[in-house]
Amino acid sequence: MVAFIVRRVIAAVLMLVIVSVATFAIFFLIPRALGQTPEGMASRYVGRDATPEAIQGAVKRLHLDDPLIVQYGRFAKGIVAGQDYSLGPRKAECPAPCFGFSFNNNQPVWPTLLDRLPATMSLALGAAVVWLVAGVSIGVISALKRGTAVDRAAMTVALAGVSLPIYFTGLVSLSVFAYTLGIFPGGGSYTGLTEDPVMWFQALVLPWVTLAFLYAALYARLTRAGMLETMGEDYIRTARAKGLKERTVVTKHALRATLTPILTIFGLDLGLLLGGAVLTESTFSIPGIGKLVIDAIRGNDLPVVLGVTLFAAFFIVLANLIVDILYAVVDPRVRLS
Amino acid sequence: MSTPAPSAFLELRDLRIHFPTEDGLVKSVDGLSFKLERGKTLGIVGESGSGKSVTSLGILGLHKGGRAKISGEIWLDGEELVGASQDHVRTLRGKKMAMIFQDPLSSMHPFYTVGQQIIEAYRIHHDVSKAVARKHAIDMLGRVGIPQPDKRVDSYPHEFSGGMRQRAMIAMALSCDPELLIADEPTTALDVTVQAQILDLMLDLQREFNSALIVITHDLGVVAELSDDILVMYGGKCIEYGTAEDIFYRPEHPYTWGLLGSMPRLDREPTDRLMPIKGTPPSLINVPSGCAFNPRCPYAGRTAGKATTEVPQLLETEGGHLVRCHLPREERRGIWENEIKPMLEGQ
Repeated sequence: MVAFIVRRVIAAVLMLVIVSVATFAIFFLIPRALGQTPEGMASRYVGRDATPEAIQGAVKRLHLDDPLIVQYGRFAKGIVAGQDYSLGPRKAECPAPCFGFSFNNNQPVWPTLLDRLPATMSLALGAAVVWLVAGVSIGVISALKRGTAVDRAAMTVALAGVSLPIYFTGLVSLSVFAYTLGIFPGGGSYTGLTEDPVMWFQALVLPWVTLAFLYAALYARLTRAGMLETMGEDYIRTARAKGLKERTVVTKHALRATLTPILTIFGLDLGLLLGGAVLTESTFSIPGIGKLVIDAIRGNDLPVVLGVTLFAAFFIVLANLIVDILYAVVDPRVRLS
Repeated sequence: MSTPAPSAFLELRDLRIHFPTEDGLVKSVDGLSFKLERGKTLGIVGESGSGKSVTSLGILGLHKGGRAKISGEIWLDGEELVGASQDHVRTLRGKKMAMIFQDPLSSMHPFYTVGQQIIEAYRIHHDVSKAVARKHAIDMLGRVGIPQPDKRVDSYPHEFSGGMRQRAMIAMALSCDPELLIADEPTTALDVTVQAQILDLMLDLQREFNSALIVITHDLGVVAELSDDILVMYGGKCIEYGTAEDIFYRPEHPYTWGLLGSMPRLDREPTDRLMPIKGTPPSLINVPSGCAFNPRCPYAGRTAGKATTEVPQLLETEGGHLVRCHLPREERRGIWENEIKPMLEGQ
C-alpha cells in the first residue's frame, strides 16, 4: 500500500512538471515560434506607449533574450525557490512559489491566488455536497423505479440539467429568486465566511444550486446507469439468495459497487472546479479564481493567466492522486496492480 | 384452489414461469412437477435455455420479479411458496433453502471479504454478535476444506483460486444449515481436477446435513456422480424422469439418447465419433408444434404424424420412470437396445 502511494505521488509530481513545461511552451515558445521577437514579448510588459528603450530594458530585466530553456529554468526555479526582480529602480522580492507580478496592478500573483481561493472553495465544495447527495439519490431512485413516471420525470429534468448552460440557469435563478422575489441577495454579494457567515451562506445558495443542478443531472444519469448494471450482477442475486432485505441489497451491495466509479469522476470534477468555476463565478460575480482568470484574460495579464493555469493543474493532479488512493481503499482488487 | 399439503419434503406441481417480452411470451418453465425427499439428490439436466436455471430461481423466488408470471405450486416442508408473500419467502431464503451459483467469482461481491459475506449470510438468520458469526464462518470454511480458515476468512474473493472460491460459496450457502440446497452448474467454471473434489465435498456435506439437493447441470457426468433421480428438461418441460439407473441404463427418450451420445467417454475408442444432437434448442417463444423436440428427432417420422401435431404426455413407462414421447414403448425400447446402446458401447 505504501509503495502504491509513493508510486502515485511520484507520478503526480512528474505530471505537474510536464504541465508546467506545456504551459510555459504555450505562453513563450509558441509566440516565438510564430515569429514574435523578444522585444514584441517585452512590449506587453511595459504598456502601450513604451519607448524602444523601455522595451529593451524590459527584455534585459526579464531575460527574454535568453534561450527558452534558460527562461524555463528561471520560471521553474521561481516557483520552487522564489526569485528577485529588478523592476526599474526598485527591487521586488518574489518569494516561492513565485509566479511573477500582475501587469495590471503589480501585485504578486501567488498571494492574489490565495486571496481568491476561499471564494472558489466555498462555491465548489458546497455545490459538490449538494450535487453528490441529490444526483446519487435521484439516480438510485430512478434505477429502482425504472420505466415508471418517477423515473421518466427525473430523467427529463436531468436532461434539462445537462443541456442548459450555467449562464442561463444562473441568470434565470438570479432574476427570479433575487431580483423578483428577493429571497436571496443578488450577484456580487459574496462575503467571506469569517466576516459574515450568514451573508456568506445566503449569497452562495443560488450559485450552489445553479452549479449543482448541472452536475447533479450528470450524476443522476451516471448513477442510474451504473445502478441498473450493478443490479443485474450475479453477486446481487447471491445477496438476495442469502435472504437479505431488498433495502440492504440495494444500499450495502449495489450502491457500494455503483459508487466506486462515480467516486473517480467526482474527484476529477471537484479538482477541476477548485481551479476556478469560471462560468458560475462570472455569472454571480463571485471573486474567486475563475473570475480572476477571466479578468486576467480580458486584460492580457499573462503572469496571472499562467499562475491560474498551473494552480488549476495542481488541483486536478491532486484530485487524481486522492482518487487513485481512495479507489485502492474502496476496491480491494486495485491493490494488486 | 390449492390442494392439500403433500407429504414430500419438496414438491413442484405444474410450475409455470412465463416472461412476457416484446417478441412474445417466453415459456421458460412450462408445467413442471417433481418430488424430492430429504437426504436425496435430484439432477436436472438439459441444454442452455431448457429452463433448468429458471426453475431453481423460481423455487427460491428469485426469478426476475415483477415481469415474470408464475403459476402452479411449490411445496416446501408443508408450505406453499408461489402464493406466499415475498417477505416470507425471503426469510426462508438462505435459511431453509440455499443456492450455490455457477460462477463463484462473479457471484461473490468483489468488495467484501469472504468472511464478511459468510458472516452476513449467517447473521441474517441468527441473532448473534459479529465475533460469534466470525467463529462460525471460520468453522464453515474449515469444513469445506479451505486450509488456514482463520487467515483465509479475511481474504477477498479475487485472492482465492477458482476451486477455493467455490468452496467458500458452498460454505456460505451451508452456513445456516439449509434443508434444501440447489446447486446451479456448481462445477462448470472449475478445472476438471477440482470438479471431482467439489462434487465429493457436496456429497459429504449433504450426508452430514441430511439436506435435499438439486443439482442443475448440462453435464451428465456430474449427475451420474451425485444423483438419486434425474429429470431431463427440454423446452421448459420435463421429457424424461427416473432414477439414475433408469436414465443411464434404460433411457427411452430420443433426446436423452442424444445427451448420452454427446458425452465423451474413456471406455470408448478414441476414433469413435461423438454423436451430437443435431440442431439447436427450441425458441421458447415459438415452441415447435407437437413435440418440442420433433425438428431434431431422428425418429419423428415413426409417430404417424403425431410428432408435429400433438403435444406428448409425460407417461409412466414402469416403476416411476416417466417419458414424454409419442413413440410406442416397445419401439423405444427396441431402438435403445438394438441401435443406441450398441453404438454408445462402441461396437
